[in-house]
Amino acid sequence: MSKRKLVVIGNGMAGVRAVEELLNLAPDLYEITIFGAEPHVNYNRILLSPVLCGEKSPADIILNDADWYAGHGITLHTGKRVTEVDRHQRIVRADDGTEAPYDRLLLATGSDPFIIPVPGRDLPGVATFRDFKDVDTMLAAAKSGKRHAVVIGGGLLGLEAANGLLKQGMDVTVVHLVQALMERQLDAPASLLLQRSLEQRGLHFRMGAQTEAILGETHVTGVRFKDGTEVPADLVVMAVGIRPNVSLAKQMGLHCERGVVVSDTMQTYDPAIYAVGECAQHRGIAYGLVAPLYEQAKVCANHLAGLGYARYTGSVTATKLKVTGIDLFSAGDFSGGEGTHDIVFQDPGRGVYKRLVLDEHNCIKGSVLYGDTGDGAWYFQLLRERTDVSEMRDMLLFGQAHLGDSGRGGGSNAASLPDTAEICGCNGVCKGTIVNAIVDKKLFTLEEVRAHTKASSSCGSCTGLVEQILASTLGGDYSAVPSKKALCRCTDHSHDEVRNAIREHHLTTAEQVRAFMNWRNADGCSSCRPAINYYLIATWPAEVSDDPQSRFINERAHANIQKDGTYSVIPRIWGGVTTAGELRAIAEVAEKYAVPTVKITGGQRIDLLGVKKEDLPGMWADLNQAGFVSGHAYGKALRTVKTCVGKEWCRFGTQDSTGLGIDLEKMTWGTWTPHKVKLAVSGCPRNCAEATIKDFGVVCVDSGYELHVGGNGGVKVRATDLLCNVKTEAEVAEYCAAFLQLYREEAHYLERTAPWIERVGLAHVKQHVVEDAEGRRKLAERFYESQRYAQIDPWAQLVEQERDSHQFAPLQRLA
Amino acid sequence: MSTTQNPAADALQWIEVGALEAIPPLGARIVQHPQGDIAVFRNRADEVFALRDRCPHRGGPLSQGIVCERKVYCPLHNMGIALDTGQAIAPDEGETTCFPTRVENGRVYIALHEATA
Ligand code: SRM
Ligand SMILES: Cc1cc2nc3c(=O)[nH]c(=O)nc-3n(C[C@H](O)[C@H](O)[C@H](O)COP(=O)(O)OP(=O)(O)OC[C@H]3O[C@@H](n4cnc5c(N)ncnc54)[C@H](O)[C@@H]3O)c2cc1C
Ligand code: SF4
Ligand code: FES
Repeated sequence: MSKRKLVVIGNGMAGVRAVEELLNLAPDLYEITIFGAEPHVNYNRILLSPVLCGEKSPADIILNDADWYAGHGITLHTGKRVTEVDRHQRIVRADDGTEAPYDRLLLATGSDPFIIPVPGRDLPGVATFRDFKDVDTMLAAAKSGKRHAVVIGGGLLGLEAANGLLKQGMDVTVVHLVQALMERQLDAPASLLLQRSLEQRGLHFRMGAQTEAILGETHVTGVRFKDGTEVPADLVVMAVGIRPNVSLAKQMGLHCERGVVVSDTMQTYDPAIYAVGECAQHRGIAYGLVAPLYEQAKVCANHLAGLGYARYTGSVTATKLKVTGIDLFSAGDFSGGEGTHDIVFQDPGRGVYKRLVLDEHNCIKGSVLYGDTGDGAWYFQLLRERTDVSEMRDMLLFGQAHLGDSGRGGGSNAASLPDTAEICGCNGVCKGTIVNAIVDKKLFTLEEVRAHTKASSSCGSCTGLVEQILASTLGGDYSAVPSKKALCRCTDHSHDEVRNAIREHHLTTAEQVRAFMNWRNADGCSSCRPAINYYLIATWPAEVSDDPQSRFINERAHANIQKDGTYSVIPRIWGGVTTAGELRAIAEVAEKYAVPTVKITGGQRIDLLGVKKEDLPGMWADLNQAGFVSGHAYGKALRTVKTCVGKEWCRFGTQDSTGLGIDLEKMTWGTWTPHKVKLAVSGCPRNCAEATIKDFGVVCVDSGYELHVGGNGGVKVRATDLLCNVKTEAEVAEYCAAFLQLYREEAHYLERTAPWIERVGLAHVKQHVVEDAEGRRKLAERFYESQRYAQIDPWAQLVEQERDSHQFAPLQRLA
Repeated sequence: MSTTQNPAADALQWIEVGALEAIPPLGARIVQHPQGDIAVFRNRADEVFALRDRCPHRGGPLSQGIVCERKVYCPLHNMGIALDTGQAIAPDEGETTCFPTRVENGRVYIALHEATA
């Protein structure tokens, strides 16, 4: 069968990205032809600014070289503008007569700079700022010793052009129609700071000035304004905005408004024709930044590949100005208005200004940062994920590093660290290694940095720092990172999308999930397999059977693997209370199997370390015999319920904390959760069981019980939030079950309660567990129901199943 | 039925190590050997592979990892190793010994060099 034919019109950033995404999904489906009006291979248009400044060479910004096109069998026609498309015959024709037939057509014609209709606009010496040719024109003017440049337009492009010309030695005046620079991305105070700082560098401004004519006979000599004043000019750059390039689409009879109108599948009104990039208009918006265009390209490729499930639903965008030494970040909508409130930080002395606009749901709606943009990426993430920030509101403007004063979490400012600073403590990776990998291997995403350097791939506490290093190393390019976090590299779907699909389409096996959601490989990988397995058993506890081969070894062997391949065994010791008889039984087991280390754990129980895998079943049988069950010290499951001695012995005890802790452990043991879960019950506010750093902690008081949630004593310490007070032990149990069930149903796999609560907000948890009594009862019921299938001691189960216990012994021993 | 081709197969000694059924699909069992354990893997397609049970990174027991297609992810630090070559999956680097395997009538054979057999 001959291949289908795909023709792409426009050899720019969006079109070629769509082709790249398509080649990832279906490398052999199409014979691909690309037409480009420019005489170049695809380059990074964003980086024309550093080229103009002399900070980068043209060769540095090539994205796909000629070998790339050839290697993928793509026919590239550079320097050929498509002038005609016959939709009936499905043929495109270029200005030089070249023809190409198509089955599918992709329009990616970008934008044209807007030229203001004033006399003199066609004179030599008038340029725009869009492509290599424009940069050449500007550089030629600067090199030939011309003095005066006028840039019309004080937006992002205009200022980058002006800065570049200044760097090339010209005397530059920026003319802007309104009183504030970059008024679409900045508010008035930030605009003013920007203008001051650019003036200090030597730029001149004419604010509120309307251009009436460009002067000159054979070449520009100046610009005249409405008020009659004139400025001299040897070069005039028009950077007043862009217009989606739709002339060809209109001529073909495709429905266009501002841009070519496309649906959520990136299809135009002709289903054989797709459009992506600045020429496309989606839900009324034509985007002018790379990040949304790349998202469009991904969706378009999904449909071109015949997969047909991806949807583009629009993007929130963020802007940075690429003028070295000026830090500016703007995202979302900061126009304020009804129901919104502002948080502002201002330090004119240091030239720092930060403003966040929150909406009525306490989510960030917009942000403007000037002078200190280190937390821009973090705010943008909170904005996109619609995180409720009420809990961190008072610290928000001080940045991520100030949240939680004891953790290593957010990290300090990565840009100021020396190359030798250790960033990833787990894998011993320092900053210089990360920066080199980003530069040498052309890495763009966190995932790529993880794969190449191992940084941030273990405990993840340095993720924020690594992202900062990425941002500072890549500069403007970092905005090209896709916004939705995919579950893993086997799919583009997020955790939530996978969970919803399992629930809504009643999927009950991992194979079904991967087929239904078009996984890239049949078996998945070590990241998605355990996650899907958890989502399945948590959603359909009665129907789904657990898949041991999709579990990490600790959960498969029901013991923790150690660095030398041996295992550790921790029997459950309910509430930390034991007896002489139990201790004797443990001692006997330790002797019988020659256990090298016996240790009291941080969780009030005893760890037998250094056990050979083949000894596990025998040891478990002996421990079972003495009444012990597995302590799940290895699982994304209930770990321990720490208790203190409480009222029974302690002179300060207000309630029976030990008994309550044991009851809670008997209720919750065996449950599988997104990440491990730890409980504690303290008998009074002295809190000897450290209940306020547990996932669910109880502090007994004279009048009843304080319930605390979302604590964590690990990588990033987080003290709990107070959920509510209750009067009886029965209520403690119901609230505990409901809280755990909400966490089980909503959190992402490997997300502990602390980050989960920070993501969804305490108000959300209170709403479901405290305020809605009926909802709480239902959540608790679902928890008890799932416990019916979960409270089976895995040790006893494995000892009974002969077949499985064989897996613990070698298949064969060769002499 | 799977056979890993090896041009020097003649110089190898084939040893029967057990039943295919005894290895869980998408799992592994180990064969103890005086020169170090050998991990014998079985994937979804019932292909069988044998690797020295030592991860090139820090010696993790590969037999305990998660198996996907023709890869295993080390249980200690999650490095991916190709089952059919023993090579770490790019961008990681490293290699562990890979032994030819064969399945006949439901029995698994692995080939060791004369010297190591
Ligand atoms: C054995 C023990 C240390 C000890 O000798 O005391 C221990 C040992 C391990 N901890 Fe822990 N943790 C132990 C108590 C703790 C505590 C203290 C506690 O529970 O009161 C904490 C901090 C409290 C908390 O979790 O909030 C703790 C925070 C961690 C973390 C960081 C979790 C986090 O959310 O930041 C990890 C890493 C992880 O789970 O991903 C971890 C992971 C581990 C692992 C499983 C590392 C691994 O993946 O192999 C260690 C397994 C060793 C083994 O084979 O037994 N361990 N670990 C403790 C077992 C308690 C038990 O009886 O089950
Ligand atoms: C100086 C500068 C700085 C920028 N900085 C940033 C930034 O910091 N961050 C950011 O996100 N974005 C930035 N942008 C915007 C970004 O570059 C664009 O959004 C992006 O390049 C648009 O991609 P596209 O594929 O839609 O259009 P383009 O990249 O313009 O590609 C369209 C191509 O189609 C060709 N073409 C048009 N019509 C035809 C035809 N009929 N036949 C054949 N070929 C045709 C054009 O010649 C062009 O090569 C910047 C842009 C410029 C100019
Ligand atoms: S026991 Fe916990 S703190 Fe100690 S080395 Fe292991 S993971 Fe780190
Ligand atoms: S020992 Fe295998 S990845 Fe570290």
